[in-house]
Amino acid sequence: MTARATFLLLLVLLWAAPAQAGNIVAGEITGEHELTLALAAPLDAAVEWRGLVGVVERENPDVPLTVTAATLSKDGRALVLTLAEPVSGQGAYTVTLRAGPNGAGETFQVRKGVLAVLFSILISAALIQNFVFSRYLGLCIFFGASGRKETAVGMGFSFILVMTLSAVFVWAMYNFVLKPLHLQFLQVLTFVGIIAIFVQLLDTVLRKVNPFLFKKLGVYLVLITTNCIILAVPLILVDNAYDLWESLALALGSGAGFALALFLMACVRERLELADIPEPFRGLPIAFVVAGLFALAFLGFSGMSF
Amino acid sequence: MDAHEHTVLERLSNGLVKENPIFKLALSMCPAVAMTNTVRNGFLLGLAVLFVQVASNVTVSVFRRFIHERIRIPAYIIIIATWVSVSDMTLAAYAPGFYKEIALYVKLIVVFAIIISRLEVFASRNTVWPSFWDGMGMGLGFMFALMLVGCLREFLGAGTLWGVEILPFKPFFFWSLPPAGFFAIGLIMALFIWLERRFNAWRAKR
Repeated sequence: MTARATFLLLLVLLWAAPAQAGNIVAGEITGEHELTLALAAPLDAAVEWRGLVGVVERENPDVPLTVTAATLSKDGRALVLTLAEPVSGQGAYTVTLRAGPNGAGETFQVRKGVLAVLFSILISAALIQNFVFSRYLGLCIFFGASGRKETAVGMGFSFILVMTLSAVFVWAMYNFVLKPLHLQFLQVLTFVGIIAIFVQLLDTVLRKVNPFLFKKLGVYLVLITTNCIILAVPLILVDNAYDLWESLALALGSGAGFALALFLMACVRERLELADIPEPFRGLPIAFVVAGLFALAFLGFSGMSF
Repeated sequence: MDAHEHTVLERLSNGLVKENPIFKLALSMCPAVAMTNTVRNGFLLGLAVLFVQVASNVTVSVFRRFIHERIRIPAYIIIIATWVSVSDMTLAAYAPGFYKEIALYVKLIVVFAIIISRLEVFASRNTVWPSFWDGMGMGLGFMFALMLVGCLREFLGAGTLWGVEILPFKPFFFWSLPPAGFFAIGLIMALFIWLERRFNAWRAKR
């Protein structure tokens, strides 16, 4: 039931996304300082195109990047832009191309293939930037709910659910309400409000629609509202100016990473109960030391990049 | 709630030692792990938490008669979020360089369990003056914990304190790595427990 509603909501949001039409048919990052644009109609080789293109990073639309050269291919259907600063394969760049000195401009988003970007965001959120072991967030819940495997699994699943849904809500709220009205300074207040209302809603809906699931997860839902992670995802997606799909990938990855951390920790802590630990270390202190060991192991992922 | 009089000293010592938010209550540990690689980061974040804690405590104790039982949690969160926004913007305006490092955590003060739990346990049941000092005690206890861990890690990891060089070499670089935050907190927690046991045993003997 909720799944179908979410799907419909996604469809509506997708339909609202602007389509790109214009002379530029494709753009890709072809080197450390190079973007290449493919064009539908050939450009005039006599024109100095360098003065007619503008490139900005999507996150900082006010800071134009310096274009040192714009080279047109022989058939005039490919324009290679050389930039002063190196471009990252992860980044997204907005290119503006004007048809003439006083012609109308068209913009185009240049970045890696959508799937590749989504995949790298997902993996990065789950492993490389794991919330517990690399960003150190949500520790209260992490130490509170990792005592038993069963609790850990339940908590992990409810986290993924709430996180994904609230990320979509927050993304829509920020882009369609806060940004147009220039109310960005209210973001903390609004996000917390949205999450609190949302968890309350989920609680009520689950209670009616699926009592069995509610019995399993209901306990954790209340805890989720006041938790660093659930607020961190919206803040991060706003900071990076992610679009809807990227936000979804971030939320899914973060949720999965948190669930993984919980489960691993629960496995160890069940064993710890049988171990002979020095008196002052029993309970939380030893859990911290174990978490530290996990964090060291997760440092191994930090070299990974796509 | 315990019946005895809330004096200033009693509230402060309660926050600093008896119910220290990090080492004893084990609440809001995220910043204690992530933001304690240097003393300065610990101090700045501690300052923000101190301000938000005191301001929210006072606000809630002033309006405690008007906040309905049923909607008190959302009301508390709105109050905290307001003060967090204030401190967030202030830090961004006056200390932009340092702010970059702790920005995410300043925004996340909204959901720090320590703040809302003090509102629930203390500020909603007491008058303004004790609530103010309770906020002071808890905030200072939090700051003290963050700076203690920060001192340990910065000195051992970089050989500096507050950016000032004490040793010309890095004694134990491991402590500067992010995961060392977990180890530091675990060890200090164990130390606290051990000291308390010794102290109680010593008092029982006398």
